[in-house]
Amino acid sequence: MWEFTSPRTIVFGENALEYLKTVEGKRAFIVTDRVIKKLGFADKVAGYMKQAGLKVEIFDEVETEPSAENVTRGAELARKYGPDWFVGLGGGSCIDAAKAIWVLYERPDMEVAAINPLEKLGLRQKARLICIPTTSGTGSDATWVTMITDVKECRKMELTSREIVADIDILDPELAKSMPPRVAADTGLDALTHAIEGYVSQWRNDFSDALAIRAIQVIFKYLPRAYKNPEDKEAKEKMHNAATMAGMSFSNSQVGIAHAMGHSLGAVFHVPHGRSVGLFLSCSIEYSARDAMERYADIAREIGIEAKTDEEAVKELVQAVKRLEREVGAPGFIKELGISRGDFEKRLDDLVTRAANSLCTFMNPRVPDVEDIKKLIIYAYEGKKVDF
Amino acid sequence: MAEKKYKYPSEEWIKAWTEELNKNKEYAEAAKDWEGDFLFIITAGGPIEKEFVFYVDLWHGKCRDAYMVSSRDAKKTAFVYEGSYENWKKLIRGELDPTRALLTRQMKLKGNMAKVMKYAKAANEMVKTNTKVPTDFLY
Repeated sequence: MWEFTSPRTIVFGENALEYLKTVEGKRAFIVTDRVIKKLGFADKVAGYMKQAGLKVEIFDEVETEPSAENVTRGAELARKYGPDWFVGLGGGSCIDAAKAIWVLYERPDMEVAAINPLEKLGLRQKARLICIPTTSGTGSDATWVTMITDVKECRKMELTSREIVADIDILDPELAKSMPPRVAADTGLDALTHAIEGYVSQWRNDFSDALAIRAIQVIFKYLPRAYKNPEDKEAKEKMHNAATMAGMSFSNSQVGIAHAMGHSLGAVFHVPHGRSVGLFLSCSIEYSARDAMERYADIAREIGIEAKTDEEAVKELVQAVKRLEREVGAPGFIKELGISRGDFEKRLDDLVTRAANSLCTFMNPRVPDVEDIKKLIIYAYEGKKVDF
Repeated sequence: MAEKKYKYPSEEWIKAWTEELNKNKEYAEAAKDWEGDFLFIITAGGPIEKEFVFYVDLWHGKCRDAYMVSSRDAKKTAFVYEGSYENWKKLIRGELDPTRALLTRQMKLKGNMAKVMKYAKAANEMVKTNTKVPTDFLY
């Protein structure tokens, strides 16, 4: 038995944002950051919701990697305002923050670290959630995950509950055009990693497979175009949709060691999420192929790779991932991020422990022990081909 | 010589489980700061007329003690992990993913969830230990 959970309504395509004019309610609390506010998107969203008859307040203090303290502050302000809609507008950080703030608003008795999939949170007594991503993307708009940083322990908390999935998910490609190329590349690779890891995850299923494969095909075709030309409307729209499909997929099948190690690197060295997980994608394929050869070969064939054997197909897949990363200017290994050998070695044990403790690690088709995780991270520092 | 199998559910089984857990270096490392005891409960239903309850004392990477108790009220613990006999059997045989079992409510866990989520690896190793005890199912 398994379940598939996704947003109730996904609105996509040109002018999708105008859907907001039809939302019924009294008060909306927009959760976003200063960059998005400055771009004018928050005011645009507010404008449409006011046309629908709602009062609107904007909280634009979301941090790049929102902390428990950050979302607690948002919840305090939300409690004073009393919204019946939360709107997560922005990249993954804003959307994750919106989910956490919503939980704390409805459950002031909880600490954010206690969000978990085993207990009923009892949401939707006071408010519901709209997600509007501006990156393509973390897929957070479609998932039941929120990533919140525990600053004291320097740890990214992977918090999940099926209740925190959005009621409405709005994918307007016009918003994605605002991404600088570096952000488009990072978030695009994040989406690719979601889809590939979701396809080979131990919890994969027919529904997550269908979305993963389609997302992978779209990303390989359109990410280079979206990266090189922000005005390429078709590429932007396709990437925006693919990121959400990848989010729907992995949310219901899970990610693996590229994410476990990526979260760890991100928490310790403050590397942006997409860049961090993308870095580990090819080595995670090389490592995991031993136990998921056919699955990776499926992916290779679905993106047009021709090969006589599954092993050959997987080798070509790894090369295709590396070529894509180069095409979008992404770092191929950790050293390229500018992290010195000394700093890396000083924090290596910490990196390993965090990755070993991640739930993502256990979902990988080949579950590494601590020694293997250490080797993988060292290989990823040097850009060495995985040979174990 | 045939491998010894431990009758499940029984006191000898939980003692064998304790021995296996205490041999597990990955568990010891992952749970080195863990403090929190458990009740493992086989709920009544099917062939089980009255629930079986094990008390398990986990502390800093080791199981300090584990034994059967008369009922779930016999000991107040930090965590309670329970499920039907059929599902415990599947866990012990490695036929049921422990995390998925929780997410689909085939097994239930009560206690401080924020704490358990921080120790995902330790929890995983602890439940995997079930599959390492050669078992003779009584029912």
